[in-house]
Amino acid sequence: MPIIEFSDVTKTFTTQQGRVVALDSVDLAIEQGEIFGVIGYSGAGKSTLVRLINGLERATSGRIVVDGVDISSIPEARIRPLRARIGMIFQQFNLFRSRTVAGNVAFPLRVAGWPKAKRDARVAELLHFVGLLEKAHSYPDQLSGGQKQRVGIARALATSPRILLADESTSSLDPETTQDVLALLRKVNRELGVTIVVITHEMDVVRSIADRVAVLDAGRIVEQGTVFDVFSAPRSETARRFVSTVLHDQPTAGDLERLQEAHAGRIVTARVEDGSRVGSVLSDAGRHGVRFEIVFGGISSLQERSFGSLTIELLGPDEGVDAVVAELAAVTEVVERRGVARELEEVPA
Amino acid sequence: MNEGWIWDRHTPLALEALGQTLYMVAATLLIGGVLGLVLGLALYVTRAGSVLPNRYVFGVLNVAVNIVRPIPFVILLVAVAPLTTLLVGKFIGTTAAIVPLAIATAFGFSRIVEQNLVTIEPGVIEAARASGAGPWRIIATLLIPEALGPLLLGFTFVFVAVIDMSAVAGIVGGGGIGDFALVYGHQRWNQEVVWIAVGVIIVLVQLVQFTGNTLARKALRR
Ligand SMILES: Nc1ncnc2c1ncn2[C@@H]1O[C@H](COP(=O)(O)OP(=O)(O)O)[C@@H](O)[C@H]1O
Ligand SMILES: [Mg+2]
Repeated sequence: MPIIEFSDVTKTFTTQQGRVVALDSVDLAIEQGEIFGVIGYSGAGKSTLVRLINGLERATSGRIVVDGVDISSIPEARIRPLRARIGMIFQQFNLFRSRTVAGNVAFPLRVAGWPKAKRDARVAELLHFVGLLEKAHSYPDQLSGGQKQRVGIARALATSPRILLADESTSSLDPETTQDVLALLRKVNRELGVTIVVITHEMDVVRSIADRVAVLDAGRIVEQGTVFDVFSAPRSETARRFVSTVLHDQPTAGDLERLQEAHAGRIVTARVEDGSRVGSVLSDAGRHGVRFEIVFGGISSLQERSFGSLTIELLGPDEGVDAVVAELAAVTEVVERRGVARELEEVPA
Repeated sequence: MNEGWIWDRHTPLALEALGQTLYMVAATLLIGGVLGLVLGLALYVTRAGSVLPNRYVFGVLNVAVNIVRPIPFVILLVAVAPLTTLLVGKFIGTTAAIVPLAIATAFGFSRIVEQNLVTIEPGVIEAARASGAGPWRIIATLLIPEALGPLLLGFTFVFVAVIDMSAVAGIVGGGGIGDFALVYGHQRWNQEVVWIAVGVIIVLVQLVQFTGNTLARKALRR
């Protein structure tokens, strides 16, 4: 059974300007123990989605079951104790400036009614886990961004939650600190078995820690699946644009026009994946009297698997080129790039 | 007939007046300060989107503050006379003056409290809610510490304003430094007495301001 399940969830806000549909018929199942990414542009509804999970926001319609409890049907006062089982971290860290690092981490424990001795021991244990034991008596204003987020993580984990919600938790950190915090989240997931929901507008974040991902666009989930499946073969425009932020392997219309002008041969784009054998096919192209040129492309990795594409110009006799394209198509996905075969006849090989 | 400061005559009178001022100011700040804090918290938490939103409570409090706050103190002093009589038994005297002083302070301070609480990042309150805290815990343990620096500065401002108002309280027989300056200085053409009284007030205000600034800085630094 999934640890978080949304069934046909819609959330609308009524503002002075009218009704805003923040989430539109969302279905989602997040499994126990995974790191689930939700990616989307600003205003897509990501924060709303994550705030529905711990009941900070209530659904307008639909059903939300979290850790076996249908939280969409119970009042706020009954959701409150459940929040000890769901930690949350934020983009702006949202630490209590009036409390020390230890005081911040102790807050959820006070709320949960832990006695002082137990509380102190737990705080020390958590600060050790995030590597900030020596900062216990510092105030948040004396910490760097990365340290603040570590405190945020320690506070969120205080009551040993089974779920951690991370809303743009690395978006205000520099790239290096981002990697440190992501590594810590991975450790939380692996060592403590905490299910993590990572909300982000950054492809790199999803790519480096998520197992599965949902792409959110204007309140709707347009694609979901494993990170590799969604981003190695994006079906939605939004997913494609996110992929292009880390891998610019597909020629744009402008690129294609330029390529067709510069190259006389037939142009095809072949998808490259681990074991797709595109290289072997190409190295054998000579047997058909065909020469090739790589004119565009890129290969990257996702979840420790390679993916990408190569755009290739094939030069040679018609039958030979056809044969090579057929061989390529037998091992991988091939896209013909417009208006080539006919031109090829006019150009002597 | 400018007789200047006659030590044996003016010093005990001035000390008595200073005692009355300190008594009025202290009692006012205690009563008005607590009431103002409660009223300010209530305004903040009942506002739409806050921790205990309640449009009716907010509406009533908001209108009450808007009505009472702009009333000039001299007029308020007279206007609340029936209430003063009810509470203190009389409407003249140092203790009686505390009633209008405390009312003016409570309403004035409430807005300052509310405005300072508004500066707390909404995310901080969200983090508390996400930790399982309910509205009463947030009110009791989080709001005031989080806004402590600006609140201390606001309280200092009110402190100085109360010293100012307490000088006017002489009108209802409240006594105090202001009354002393008026009766023994101004009305008897004794400019020296006036200046000394002014000097005492200045020292008092500076002392309060300095202490307030220091405490606020300490609260803000961390
Ligand atoms: N409390 C609110 N009141 C009114 N509109 C809101 C509120 N919260 C979010 N929205 C609207 O809902 C949409 C989704 O917002 P949000 O979930 O914050 O998006 P994201 O986190 O993806 O940037 C936006 O159009 C936003 O303006
Ligand atoms: Mg957001």
